[in-house]
Amino acid sequence: MAAAERPAIDPADAFVMEAPALADWLIVMPLVIGFIFAALCLMTRKDTRRQPAIAITGLVLILLCVVGLFVHVLVNGTVVMAMGRWLPPFGIAFVADMLGATLALISGIVGLATGIYALREADNTERRYGFYPFLLMMLSGVICAFLTGDIFNLYVWFEVLLLGSFGLLILGSRRDQLDGATKYAFLNLVATTLFLIAVAYVYGLFGTLNMADIARKAAVMDEVGPRLTIAALFFFAFAMKAAAFPLNFWLPASYHTPRLAVGAIFAGLLTKVGVYALLRILLTIFPADRDDLAVAIAVVAAASMLLGAIGALAQTDMRRVLGYLVISGIGIMLAGLALGSATGLSGTAFYTAHSMVVMTALYLLVGIVGAAAGTFDLHRAGGLYATAPWLAVVALVLAFSVSGLPPFSGLWPKIFLVKASIDVGAWWLAAAILVSGFLTTIAIVRLFAFAFWRPAHPDMRSLSLAEVPVARLGLPVLAGLCGLTVIAGLYPEPFIQVSDRIAFELMNPAGYIDAVYAPMPAAAEGAVQ
Amino acid sequence: METAVAVLTGLYFAVSIYLMLSRHIIRILLGTVTLSTGANLTIFAMGRITREVPPIIPSGLYLPAEGAANALPQALVLTAIVIAFSLFAFLLVLVMRSYQELGTDDTYAMRDAEPEGEPLPPLGY
Amino acid sequence: MRTLIFRATAPYLTALMLLYSIFVLLRGHNEPGGGFIGGLIAASALAIYGIACGVSPVRRAIRYHPMAISGFGLFLGAIAGMFSLFAGVPYMTGLWIYPTVFGVELKLSTTLIFDIGVYLVVLGAITSIALALEEKERD
Repeated sequence: MAAAERPAIDPADAFVMEAPALADWLIVMPLVIGFIFAALCLMTRKDTRRQPAIAITGLVLILLCVVGLFVHVLVNGTVVMAMGRWLPPFGIAFVADMLGATLALISGIVGLATGIYALREADNTERRYGFYPFLLMMLSGVICAFLTGDIFNLYVWFEVLLLGSFGLLILGSRRDQLDGATKYAFLNLVATTLFLIAVAYVYGLFGTLNMADIARKAAVMDEVGPRLTIAALFFFAFAMKAAAFPLNFWLPASYHTPRLAVGAIFAGLLTKVGVYALLRILLTIFPADRDDLAVAIAVVAAASMLLGAIGALAQTDMRRVLGYLVISGIGIMLAGLALGSATGLSGTAFYTAHSMVVMTALYLLVGIVGAAAGTFDLHRAGGLYATAPWLAVVALVLAFSVSGLPPFSGLWPKIFLVKASIDVGAWWLAAAILVSGFLTTIAIVRLFAFAFWRPAHPDMRSLSLAEVPVARLGLPVLAGLCGLTVIAGLYPEPFIQVSDRIAFELMNPAGYIDAVYAPMPAAAEGAVQ
Repeated sequence: METAVAVLTGLYFAVSIYLMLSRHIIRILLGTVTLSTGANLTIFAMGRITREVPPIIPSGLYLPAEGAANALPQALVLTAIVIAFSLFAFLLVLVMRSYQELGTDDTYAMRDAEPEGEPLPPLGY
Repeated sequence: MRTLIFRATAPYLTALMLLYSIFVLLRGHNEPGGGFIGGLIAASALAIYGIACGVSPVRRAIRYHPMAISGFGLFLGAIAGMFSLFAGVPYMTGLWIYPTVFGVELKLSTTLIFDIGVYLVVLGAITSIALALEEKERD
């Protein structure tokens, strides 16, 4: 071999020398399984009967992996795997800290829930046009976005999940879907391109793309101007992805047009990826610039939560009510980022996880409600309490949970956030959180009152659940998601511990950086600097 | 050299913003394509531009030649071009389909998802 | 397209381009080339065949649906990294073997499998777009 003639070099300068622990492989398994099963579904696209079984197997395996990863991170701390054996900062690293692992876990749950629900909802044409491959691709894109430790790689995962979501959004190609998809596609594309431009500036300024490396270099950089510009550009791009006011208009224009299962997974995952990216960039990488942007973030947060809730009040279509509630929730998550204190961030982490589960469940619920009532129009729906009492119970639980009323999971994070706001004297932010919670309660309880409590509209006939095909699998799925919110509401202690740990890790990025650089020997570290 | 590319990038961004402010979808589409080209040029300029030395390691050596071009921005731009290309292909088909279905490319007239003049939600129980 | 010359030469041109695309794919490890550009060349070969002889002969010739080919490529790409699990190195580490076949040393690697995956993904995706657009033109 030609290699023998070359001068001898020490591979330890460039490579990770120890074999990764078997448990560390869990960090890449969602990616591998997601892509393998998406590929299998693509190859069996004509076989619409076997394809769902393959897809559900894949979703279950992904869920098992993220559960395993979550436990692994919970017990052993941050997990890192350097792709292709290259030492950081040269190789792309996958890093699972508590935040990433938790969000990946919830994504796995949400993915499986919507996948099962869609068994009855997606018809054969939609299966043939790739419902399940797109779903798996989007899910693995989302999970990898939560786990990657490389900023350009994050951009790639954003595009992967964007492509998957485009595919899901236009399945069916109805007129309103095409209209919604056009707005969704353009605005999201502009947002990711802005993200790419910000990545380019990061590379120009720091000469690296590894998040831990950027964080290390940004911390010792004296010039505030360029760094703050980059942070602001990131804030703009991700606020657009997260649908925060005033960049929220694409969301209510598009989320109600596809199937409800698709709307559910969009509401559960996509905007939260934007929130995650904001937390990661502004807290782990540019913490000093978050302090400078804090007031702007707080204003955006307050405006999003209030206008989202007011928007929800003004809608007649149940699906569009939910679209605005997603925006309102984003505002509440951003409030913790604006405050930046341990209590606030803990509240944000808890609320993000809560919102992912509850918004998904609400969309699935409205799917069943729409099928049972025969309409999504609040003027005409009604009488479901008589025909579907258990669905009414689920609906009431979810309505209370999304409004932040006890005894469900929305209560605790809001308490944290209100307390954190008052601690720093931001009484107006606390007031915004409370008022938006009040308005959300009105909007969602009105939905409950009209669709369930009111007697059925004379022209309409409400079906019982036995007559609604989506309900047979949908109700157990909903019950499971409701169970999560009830448990988190009644016994919040373990959830609060996890979110406190997330907040601690976010406020002390040194742990993240050290975990990424752990495999690097001291000699090589000197060479890099 | 970077200055010239920076000016060019600025021009691209100006053109793309002008196009994206239009009401017509096809112009917005061209605007987003121009925007991603501008982004690619930005990455390219950020990697510092050198001339005529390709970043290929000669046979038998471990390091590329002195003054070789920076390979990383090239890889990033290539990835970004591929992604932008696939998204452009998708958007083109989407725009064509929605023009056929909706019969307009004017964003003001595209009100199928959010119809104009919707009634208020029920005000009384 | 109804010109006789084009229809007569297109099959040969397609065959030549497919062969060349494989050459470019294999060349890619150390020199310019690789799966992406190889896949583009192969897809344009099929597109030319489609323009000359119609879409259905192309669909018959490639037997599988282009998206299924794409799916297989995705499968190969995801699998390629998993060999590292058995070698005790992180995901996507390139692993090489050097078997000697008929007295010639072959350099085979997991990166090659990944590259073939990329080739098939690009081939399938671009072909399906091109064929769909060509079909549109006819009706």
